[in-house]
Amino acid sequence: MADITNQKERSFPKIEFTDSEAGALTFPSSKSRSYNYFEPAKKRATMYEDVTVDVQPDPDRYLTQGWIYGFGDGPGGYPEEWTTAKSSNWHAFRDPNEEWEQSIYRNNTAVVRQVELCLKNAKRARVYESWNRPWLKFIERNVGAWMHVENGLALHVFASIQRSGPVNQINTAVAVNSAHKMRFAQDLALFNLDLSEADVPFEGSAHREVWHEAPEWQPTREVVEQLTAVGDWCELLFATNIVFEQLVGSLFRSELVMQVAARNSDYITPTIVGTGEHDYDRDLGYTRALFQMLTQDEEHGEANKELFGTWLAKWVPRCEKATHTLQPIWSQAADKPVTFADSKQSANAKFVSVLEDLGLDIPKELDQ
Amino acid sequence: MSRQSLTKAHAKISELTWEPTFATPATRFGTDYTFEKAPKKDPLKQIMRSYFPMEEEKDNRVYGAMDGAIRGNMFRQVQQRWMEWQKLFLSIIPFPEISAARAMPMAIDAVPNPEIHNGLAVQMIDEVRHSTIQMNLKKLYMNNYIDPAGFDMSSKAFANNYAGTIGRQFGEGFITGDAITAANIYLTVVAETAFTNTLFVAMPDEAAANGDYLLPTVFHSVQSDESRHISNGYSILLMALADERNRPLLERDMRYAWWNNHCVVDAAIGTFIEYGTKDRRKDRESYAEMWQRWIYDDYYRSYLLPLEKYGLTIPHDLVEESWNRITNKFYVHEVARFFATGWPVNYWRIDAMTDTDFEWFEEKYPGWYSRFGKWWENYNRLAYPGRNKPIAFEDVGYTYPHRCWTCMVPCLIHEDMVTDKVDDQWRTYCSETCHWTDAVAFRSEYEGKATPNMGRLTGFREWETLHHEKDLADIISDLGYVRDDGKTLIPQPHLDLDDPKKMWTLDDVRGIQFASPNITLNAMSDKEREAHLAEYAANGTHAVA
Repeated sequence: MADITNQKERSFPKIEFTDSEAGALTFPSSKSRSYNYFEPAKKRATMYEDVTVDVQPDPDRYLTQGWIYGFGDGPGGYPEEWTTAKSSNWHAFRDPNEEWEQSIYRNNTAVVRQVELCLKNAKRARVYESWNRPWLKFIERNVGAWMHVENGLALHVFASIQRSGPVNQINTAVAVNSAHKMRFAQDLALFNLDLSEADVPFEGSAHREVWHEAPEWQPTREVVEQLTAVGDWCELLFATNIVFEQLVGSLFRSELVMQVAARNSDYITPTIVGTGEHDYDRDLGYTRALFQMLTQDEEHGEANKELFGTWLAKWVPRCEKATHTLQPIWSQAADKPVTFADSKQSANAKFVSVLEDLGLDIPKELDQ
Repeated sequence: MSRQSLTKAHAKISELTWEPTFATPATRFGTDYTFEKAPKKDPLKQIMRSYFPMEEEKDNRVYGAMDGAIRGNMFRQVQQRWMEWQKLFLSIIPFPEISAARAMPMAIDAVPNPEIHNGLAVQMIDEVRHSTIQMNLKKLYMNNYIDPAGFDMSSKAFANNYAGTIGRQFGEGFITGDAITAANIYLTVVAETAFTNTLFVAMPDEAAANGDYLLPTVFHSVQSDESRHISNGYSILLMALADERNRPLLERDMRYAWWNNHCVVDAAIGTFIEYGTKDRRKDRESYAEMWQRWIYDDYYRSYLLPLEKYGLTIPHDLVEESWNRITNKFYVHEVARFFATGWPVNYWRIDAMTDTDFEWFEEKYPGWYSRFGKWWENYNRLAYPGRNKPIAFEDVGYTYPHRCWTCMVPCLIHEDMVTDKVDDQWRTYCSETCHWTDAVAFRSEYEGKATPNMGRLTGFREWETLHHEKDLADIISDLGYVRDDGKTLIPQPHLDLDDPKKMWTLDDVRGIQFASPNITLNAMSDKEREAHLAEYAANGTHAVA
């Protein structure tokens, strides 16, 4: 039995009833219970707005002393000059997905659970053993190559952009975009690992050689690397989410993998790739909202449209080259329910729809 | 996921990186460090598949506690003395958090180690979490605490206030200048590894002692992410150490980062803990005792000293001088007195100290009463409007201080102040090290080597410059620190909300001229300036040997 005769006297703070709760007294500002330094988009501020707007200050608003650190070759903070696009009010931007802490973890955890359950069921049912060899090869090479794209965009495009936008709402939306890409790339990699460990002919490391050397994938790798070389954050976002993701990303994910997998006895890959498409749908949402804001800007809208036209002229041919070079992979599956032409037509239609939403001219380079 | 599975998963994920051959990635944020000879160091392994559910679970606990706090009427027992300081703290801290997120690509670009890029990107998402969870905590305070004024204008006040600007270094310093100086040494190796201990562990303890258990709930959850961040920082530091050409830069950056963190974080957190608490148990740790445990023992002795054998030059002298300032030079107490002196241009209320507080301070910091006791008695005497001006404009034997050009905390230890003409302007610095930071470290050349990527000190660094020769009522009005009746001030030098006559209004402070010490100093002749500086050095607090 423990000796209780020589215990040191415990020390703890005293609880005191202070009656310091809201409404205990009435005095000036006693009912001022909303953030009053920004205009909500609607009548009442949302949780997203409350935790996001103005967290990144701005000398054009309240930052009276200005940025107190500069770079060796220019101003610090978040200069608007870090893009050639212009807005009469960057602060008006709101992410339609309203991403903040809870939405990030809720949504991504739901995806994680979906993918894990799917992969667990696949192992239990030994579904990989029923896949034909051409399809396994397709996954090994092409889905294997694609995970590099997702990882590269996560770490060297979206993570990078989120340092540069002039307001917190933009940077946070892009940071979440980066997290989506990183999670999706890793899910594809861990799917690759599962297949490597299954009792099927699957070379888990083949993706590296394909990504580095297979001719059909080199123009895609070239575009991804060209994206990482862009210094203007707005061009980088436009080129990636408006052009590359439409013409190459969705073409590969939605118009190829999602269409042909089931016909090749594979219900696993579409489940995983579908999460990537779901992410992109959300991420296109904020991107479209941002560029709509810029093209509809009363002061700078026309100049922005002209600018985005030059970006289209630069990036559409590069992405078109990548897509056309990828054409042979449409023939690699045993069952080929869609042709490259069908897929391309569908991807182009969606791309045109996005450009129309933004009020931009359809580039002549695009196959009609 | 088992350790073996995690290792295999991590190895597979590391296959996703490649060396570009078609295009060279843009150099958005440069560094003068070099990693050509650096061995690749592997940080803590983390994959998104386990990360998201782990964080969601942590979130659920936090939000469950928040619901419980509301249902349990936590605000019936929170101390207003404590909550008022949260108006300042929670206006500052979400910005450093989001800045840490923004800093991650700078480190990713600068460090050629794909192994570490994943860890840095995960940290980026962590920091978005921290910033928004803290903004939400503040919103909860605004909604449920008796006096929402100050919380309601939080981000605006942070941006236009002198104290907000001091805190802003702990944020802007992460995202500006040399990518390694900012995103690794200043942010991760010093701020996160050393000073988040007092921010996120010591301070929440004090919150709980003052009836607020939500701050510990949120900040301990935040702190539980920090070990991964510390691992990121440590890996990059070891890589930098592997190349001898980096050694002078590392020595420079450790000195700057350590000293700036001490000046800024100890000023703020020390004040919140020592002057925001009502818990005056004699066996309750003082800030100095907490500092000794969390910074001196846990960081300096356990983390920094072992790095000496890898060639890191550790700023032993600055660690000792920080301790000297906290104990013998009463740094935290000087800062608290300055905050209280400047109460009319705050956006929070500051409670007076009582005999119980005096007794505790004297016990923990012998000699405290003889330096600060009378002043706080005067603060109490001058707390209400009508018969006197705010204490800053009454003769209570206190000299409004010069501001340090570098750390922007005033030069409160008068005899340590350094004055120098830098960039054609007379500037004052709180210490030799802050003078060195501006005059030597933040320059385009260091010890004969070009350092084009090093940052620069910019902006209107003396807050008072913006308000020189303006009427105090106009300053407060312009800043927006006025309650919704259009006349009562948000700041008050007491906690009495029940009697309107005790609340200061714009009319009570009209007719008082405000002056910038720096503009005044620069307007002096050489002779006047010398005399002024000699007098300033003589009438300050003096260190006890």
